[in-house]
Amino acid sequence: MSTVLNVKALSKSFGGLRALNDVDLQVNSGEIAALIGPNGAGKTTFFNCITGIYEPTDGDVFFTPLGATECRVNGMKPNSVTELGMARTFQNIRLFKNMTVLENVMVARHCRTKAGILDALLRPPHVKREEKENIEKSYELLKYIGLNKHYNDLACNLPYGDQRRLEIARAMATEPSLLLLDEPAAGMNPQETASLKELVLDIRDKFNLAILLIEHDMSMVMSLSERIYVMEYGCLISQGTPEEVSKDPQVIKAYLGEESHA
Amino acid sequence: MDWEFFIELGLGGLTRGSIYALIAIGYTMVYGIIELINFAHGEIYMLGAFTGLIVAGVMGVYGFPAFAILLMAIVIAILYCAAYGYTMEKVAYKPLRGAARLSPLISAIGMSLFLQNYIILAQTSDFLPFPTLIPDFEFMEPIAHIFGSTDLVIVAASAVSMAALTVFIKFTKLGKAMRATAQNRKMAMLLGINADRIISTTFIIGSSLAALGGVLISTHSGQLNFMIGFIAGVKAFTAAVLGGIGSIPGAMLGGLFLGLTESYAAGYISSDYEDVFAFSLLVIFLIFRPSGILGKAPVEKV
Amino acid sequence: MQGLKQSIITSLWFMFLTFPIMVVRVNTIENTVEWRWMNLAYVGVGIFILSFVWRWALARKEAKQYETETTDKPKKQLWLSRAMEEPAVAKPALAAIFALSVAMPFLVSTYQTNIFISFLLYVILGLGLNIIVGVAGLLFLGHAAFYAIGAYSYALLNHYFGIGFWVALPLGGILACLGGILLAFPVLRLRGDYLAIVTLGFGEIIRLVLENWSDLTGGPSGISNIDRPGLFGMELSVADANVYIYYIVLALAIITMIAVQRLKNSRIGRALQALREDEIACQAMGIDRVNVKVMAFGLGTAWAGFAGVIFAAKTTFINPASFTFMESAIILSIVVLGGMGSNLGVILGSAFLVLMPEYLRAFSEYRMILFAAAMVLMMVFRPQGLIAPKGRKYHVDDPDLIKEGDA
Repeated sequence: MSTVLNVKALSKSFGGLRALNDVDLQVNSGEIAALIGPNGAGKTTFFNCITGIYEPTDGDVFFTPLGATECRVNGMKPNSVTELGMARTFQNIRLFKNMTVLENVMVARHCRTKAGILDALLRPPHVKREEKENIEKSYELLKYIGLNKHYNDLACNLPYGDQRRLEIARAMATEPSLLLLDEPAAGMNPQETASLKELVLDIRDKFNLAILLIEHDMSMVMSLSERIYVMEYGCLISQGTPEEVSKDPQVIKAYLGEESHA
Repeated sequence: MDWEFFIELGLGGLTRGSIYALIAIGYTMVYGIIELINFAHGEIYMLGAFTGLIVAGVMGVYGFPAFAILLMAIVIAILYCAAYGYTMEKVAYKPLRGAARLSPLISAIGMSLFLQNYIILAQTSDFLPFPTLIPDFEFMEPIAHIFGSTDLVIVAASAVSMAALTVFIKFTKLGKAMRATAQNRKMAMLLGINADRIISTTFIIGSSLAALGGVLISTHSGQLNFMIGFIAGVKAFTAAVLGGIGSIPGAMLGGLFLGLTESYAAGYISSDYEDVFAFSLLVIFLIFRPSGILGKAPVEKV
Repeated sequence: MQGLKQSIITSLWFMFLTFPIMVVRVNTIENTVEWRWMNLAYVGVGIFILSFVWRWALARKEAKQYETETTDKPKKQLWLSRAMEEPAVAKPALAAIFALSVAMPFLVSTYQTNIFISFLLYVILGLGLNIIVGVAGLLFLGHAAFYAIGAYSYALLNHYFGIGFWVALPLGGILACLGGILLAFPVLRLRGDYLAIVTLGFGEIIRLVLENWSDLTGGPSGISNIDRPGLFGMELSVADANVYIYYIVLALAIITMIAVQRLKNSRIGRALQALREDEIACQAMGIDRVNVKVMAFGLGTAWAGFAGVIFAAKTTFINPASFTFMESAIILSIVVLGGMGSNLGVILGSAFLVLMPEYLRAFSEYRMILFAAAMVLMMVFRPQGLIAPKGRKYHVDDPDLIKEGDA
């Protein structure tokens, strides 16, 4: 099994505050891994560092897209990281609210399409073809995720759970090899969470992706992921299979302790 | 080096800078609390100047002494500008709380145009002469050619009002509530601070200082029209940015810095491009150091 | 009863507020005072009525908000934008408008042709600004500076080198576009209100330089005797030249409309909209922020350059006073009132600004104050503008979807 994401000794400081401290993390191809930890442990900062939104202070992020060679992505711009094949969703939903559902997905295919300014003005046949293909592929994705009925509605008019699903569809539209999900089940009811779980599993199998997710819903994390990383105060305190992690006394003390008798 | 010229420019810059600082405080306080560039703030200053002119004109007809006229002009201008500032906030900004970030700014631009045209229609679009209200003090005679009585009054009045504001913000209950609201409005409201009242107070204080500046500068320059608010407004905003927007001592510092820079640049380089220097300073600071001379850059939360 | 009391208080408050400015007019030279007591009565009555309207409108807005939050009913569109979506209505309507605009110079006087020229110029300026403000969401307050760049490039090239209109037209557009791109780079990191102020400062710097660099630009007195566009070397009379310019500006306006519409609905246009909606998500979706911002500025300012060249050719005289911040604010208000991001909105906005005061003479004096008030009211009551942007509707052939719809 090959490694898709290989993070070595990643650190990030904001002024004097060390938000990430020597974090090592690997995600293998076709694997679902989870990153857990109490609020403020630095999980989202970790996502921001590997996707190029923040530049890491120290350490390396290596990323191997499907069928390509490994490359070091720290310091790259977020759009280049996405273009390489790493896509993400956001903890606090960041959809393009005043664009339609279909447009949201079409925008995400920006780096997989080419039409420039002159193409837009003159609309030669190959551009029309590209546009049509873009619509079809985007619609396919919406259908897959179950939002095709609403394709012409504004994204802000979707119910909350559907907005989270649309974020996933949008990330999938960039044709990633690694999908990063930041608390995909936050604010969902149990039925929605259950169907989300199905979706995540199906995405992995169908698109042959690696998935790294941040999640607070323990039942979802435990049943979904093959490997779990636990963070606290910016440091990695444990890692392993769900069984190993849930037995780790340090994890129980830091995090699961309160969770398990709740 | 011609020291007298140098000092003359310095004192001229001080006078100008005091006025910029007075107006800049209004920008910075409003920005500190509701993160809005109150584009119409310069127009409040202009309204203050016009109110002062009207008071001076009416009292002049009845032959009051200049000193009484000055005092009344300032008091009434402050009263009216405070009322205008308060009303403006209620009409143009309060209904927009929680709207998209650009909406209040566009509303503010509209308000600014509205007040300019209000003056054009109700008064005039021409330049009007403003009477000299500050007598030449005798003790100022020896240096009057470089620093006149008017300059002295401007600098002194600005210094006193800024000191009073600092005391107010630091030590009174309302001042503390204002600082708390600027730090975190939601939390301040949870602690029982009436945010609406704080915002109104901010507008009232800012507008009063602008009115003071408006009357003083008009008697200094001897003329006014409906456009004086725009240029002064942009410059005062520059001062606020230089000092780090949101910071009251910063606005005072920024005002002086801008006044001196302008004065020296006009004196030693070219007076034609005086405004260009101010605008360039604004553009350069916003681009390279938006947090001001002293400030730290904030990190955006994702 | 409550409402009545509130209105009386509001009315009294505004009477107090406007008293010195509205009632008293002093003349400090002749030492006279003029008292205009009638104005006080007008303000009192006017505000009394307006305060009822204001409260009614606020209540209505709140009720609407509540309704959209609690039900899924789609928002209602203005009848005009609904009509324009209907091909059966839109096509004949567009054809009629086109025919009318072509015939226009023969139907009206030279004076009125002139008004239509300035209407179309504002349409072009507004459409250009709409790319930057409406589509890409970058509040831009320096549009007049690029209008000036276009106008001055033609005026200067013509004055010093005798270069004709048709060569200067593309040059003016290109120069303005380059200017926009140059401005875009330093302001990349700025957002929202700071960007607005920087562009304002930049616009004023350009105007002040034009005003003070007298050796080159003629300073405040400007440049006169600019050539009108030539038609195959023929000398046209002033009236004919006007008609000719009308057709040029009409053609350019139509080209602009088509171009802007196509851009908006393209890959680039979607990227611009994504930038407006959420800059960070936009980057995370693989869009290069730098590229897109530079494109927005360049694409928007180029049109201002074209319009500037035509403006210089039309008036044959330009000076910096035509390109003040007020001009930028007027163009911005066209975009804001019409509806940010909507081309139809820009046309409506320009019509309100240029045509309405011309044909409703009573308004002309109050044009700017009404416009300014409309800007505030629009933000309070209808921030999306007259024509609300609603995202482009696509048509997808999906048999499953139709089946579901029937079931």
